[in-house]
Formats: sequence, structure tokens, C-alpha cells
Amino acid sequence: MVLIKGGTYTPLYGSDSLKVSVQDFKMDVYPVSNKLFLEFIKKKPKWKRSNIKKLFADKNYLINWKSDMELGDNQSINAPITNVSWFVAKDYCDYLGKRLPTIDEWEYVAMANEDLPDARQLKTYNEQILGWYEKPKTFNNDIGSTFKNYWDIYDMHGLVWEWSLDFNSVLISGESRKDVDDDSKLFCGSAAIGVTDLMNYAAFMRYALRGSLNAKYALKTLGFRCVKDLNQ
Amino acid sequence: MKNLKLILMLSVLISVSCKNEKSTRAFTEVIYYCPMNCEVDKTYKEPGSCLMCKMDLIANQQEKSRHLNEGEISDESIFHLTSLWNTHQGEIIQLEELKGKTLVMVMIYTTCKAACPRLVTDMRNIEAQIPKSNIENLRFVLVSIDPTNDTPKRLKEFALENKMEEEQWVFLQGTESGVREFANVLAVKYKQISPLDFSHSNIISVFNISGELIHQQEGLGVDNKETIHAILELTSEN
Repeated sequence: MVLIKGGTYTPLYGSDSLKVSVQDFKMDVYPVSNKLFLEFIKKKPKWKRSNIKKLFADKNYLINWKSDMELGDNQSINAPITNVSWFVAKDYCDYLGKRLPTIDEWEYVAMANEDLPDARQLKTYNEQILGWYEKPKTFNNDIGSTFKNYWDIYDMHGLVWEWSLDFNSVLISGESRKDVDDDSKLFCGSAAIGVTDLMNYAAFMRYALRGSLNAKYALKTLGFRCVKDLNQ
Repeated sequence: MKNLKLILMLSVLISVSCKNEKSTRAFTEVIYYCPMNCEVDKTYKEPGSCLMCKMDLIANQQEKSRHLNEGEISDESIFHLTSLWNTHQGEIIQLEELKGKTLVMVMIYTTCKAACPRLVTDMRNIEAQIPKSNIENLRFVLVSIDPTNDTPKRLKEFALENKMEEEQWVFLQGTESGVREFANVLAVKYKQISPLDFSHSNIISVFNISGELIHQQEGLGVDNKETIHAILELTSEN
């Protein structure tokens, strides 16, 4: 893990009055790999594919594995683990005395390119990320195969989407006026105008994805990494 | 902690020994066997290869009728959540201790000015339409999304203020992580806007006595006919 020096920034959905402060924390350099995840379920057999309760994962959980403890033929041991639900990702981090990053923490680190902690104003930064969104099957690539950013963190962009602890705080469910009392900032026409950084379409897509997730979904393109508070 | 475990075990034992009916449920299970049948009639629960001839095992979907005792919980039960909760009465419980009652659950926070009072009203409207004889098989559970401010004491006060003091009303304070997990099981979304304010989905969920989600009502002040129908069906069964 490496240290991420905290700071204040305006996230995608905020206005200036809604700046977000992030404390110092440590973050995994890479997303969790198939290899590390295998070691984990050896110790926590309740998360084996044949054991997991439907409450905690849908039918896509580890769906491409050959068996409970065997990767699929085309899966690299060093590729990021995907097809895991939020419940399992959360428990993985808890088990190691870590936790999943919050959206604010993850986005804070994701603003960085190779040289700058906040590269969101650069046209090249946005183009790079959107370029990845068009590339197919990057989840088969090994961890560490994308760029190392300002914080010495790899693969924030270009490999897989990642779970966050509070992904369910993005309040854009099906019919936004119906079931949530205040979520106008991210949705409908007015929402996109309220978004602070219109350039950051890539981030908008990430928020939209989070808003559409359910904790038991196990998607092929969705992995995770852990963070740790400093005072521990 | 030890005491708590003991109590938990005892309460499980008691609830198991009380039951006399058994509900049956058909489960589809995949069985694996060796194509050469090296070890006569030997089956495996997981894919792999035969220990004798090393040939790959073949899967066989078998309709296996398994008996689920009423004391057991199914794969989709919320009683698999193991986090601990404080009740407004000062007890520490796991959700499983609510087993045996039909549960009507909602997530609120007591400093809420906008939606929660209406959600609480919705809950009371539902309660008012359930006959007394069904109420004893029911628990209305209000789970706080603000575990920092909604202490058991505060929840107790809230219960008094809103005249929700009878046995069927249960207020729960969890840990931050336990609440997040619970919300995710209900597919409730929420976000802290300021120290005393949250945005959140307005969902009322109905669970059967085994903790399986049966019905969800979304929105504020919506027609609760279906919710009541679901509750009546569940509470009349017992």
C-alpha cells in the first residue's frame, strides 16, 4: 500500500460549497488479483462459488471459474479479480484489516495522471480514459499493465471498474423523482448542467455505473482494491 | 460477549425445539459423477476428475427434494447478516432474533425533516390497517441510517414522540458498516449530506418469517394496498 496525502477537491456532482475533504489514507497499489483472491477464499470457504448465499451474490459470481478453486482457461492468475459482489469485496478488505475506499477517496486518487494529482483539466487525461472505455476486454489484462499515477498507484483507469464502500450513495435509481427525496444533482437534464466539470464525462460514467449497481451484482468488468486508515 | 453468544444459542435452541411443522422446498442441486462409474454410485458435490480413472466428472442436474426445517434459513434470508444491532430498548441483537415474525422494515433517521416523517406515517397507516390478531405475528422495524446520532436513547424518545411504544415497533441502531450492508440488502440508497441530513430512498420492505424479501413498496404516500395484502397473507399463514 502507498500513502495518499489527503486534500480538498470538488467532486463531479458538487458545487463549490460542496467541496469534499479526504483524510490521509493508504491504498493498495493494484486492484486485487485472482491470485490473492484465491488465497482469500481458501481461508473463507463461505465465499466459494458453491457455498455463497444468494443474498450475497447473483448467479454471475465467479462464473468463469472452472470450479470453486480453479480459474477459467483464459484467466490469468495475475489479472484482476472480477465477477465478485460488493459483499465479498467488503469482507475481503475487512479480513485484512482494511476496507473498501469511499467514492470520494477513489475519485480523489483517480484525478491523477502520471505527473499531476489533479489532471482533470487536461484534455489528454479525459481522452485517455474515454479511450479505455472503448477498449474491449481489458479485464483480462494483468494488474500493473496500465500507467502508474502521481501517487504510485496503478490501474485506476484502463483495467476494470472498482467497487467502493458507499457506491449506494449515488442516488440515481430508476425513477429519480419517485424513490429518493433529493438527488437532482446527477440526473435528468438539469443534473448534467449541475455537474461541476462538464469535461469530466468519464467520471460521469463512473457515477452512473455506481448508481445502477446492486450489492449482489457480480460483473465481469468490476473488481476492487482496498484502503486503510492511517490511525490503525 | 460470551454471555451474548450463550443467549443467542439458547434462543436458537428454544426456537428450534418449539417448531413442530416442517416446510418442504424443492432444491435443484448439481451432482457430479464419474463417466466410468469407477467407484460404484459415487457422486461428488464439486466438479473435478475421478480419483480412480482421472476422467473429468460429468454434471447431473438432479431434482433433489431437501427438507428445510422451519428453524433453518434459506439462501436469500436476511438472517445471514451477522452484524449486531442496538434496539431502542437497550438490547443487543442480531437480525436472526427477529425470526418467526413477519417483518416490515424501513430505513429512516430521526433528525429527518422531509421524507422520514411521511415514511413513519406510512408505516403507521399500514399498521392501522392490520387486524389486532395479525399484529402479534408482526414486527415493524425502523432501522436508522444515522448510527452516530440515533442512539438507543434517541430512538426510544422518537418512539415515545410518535406513539410507537407497543411491542410490535422495533427501532435499531447499527454500526456504520452494518447499516451500509443492510441497506445494500434492501437496495436502499443513502448519502450523508451534512452531519444531520441524509438523502435516501423511500422503500418499505416486507419479509416473511424466514427473513426472505417478499414485497417492496417504493415512494412516499403511495397506495399501500399491495403491501397490506402481502402482510395479511404472511401473518395469516402462521
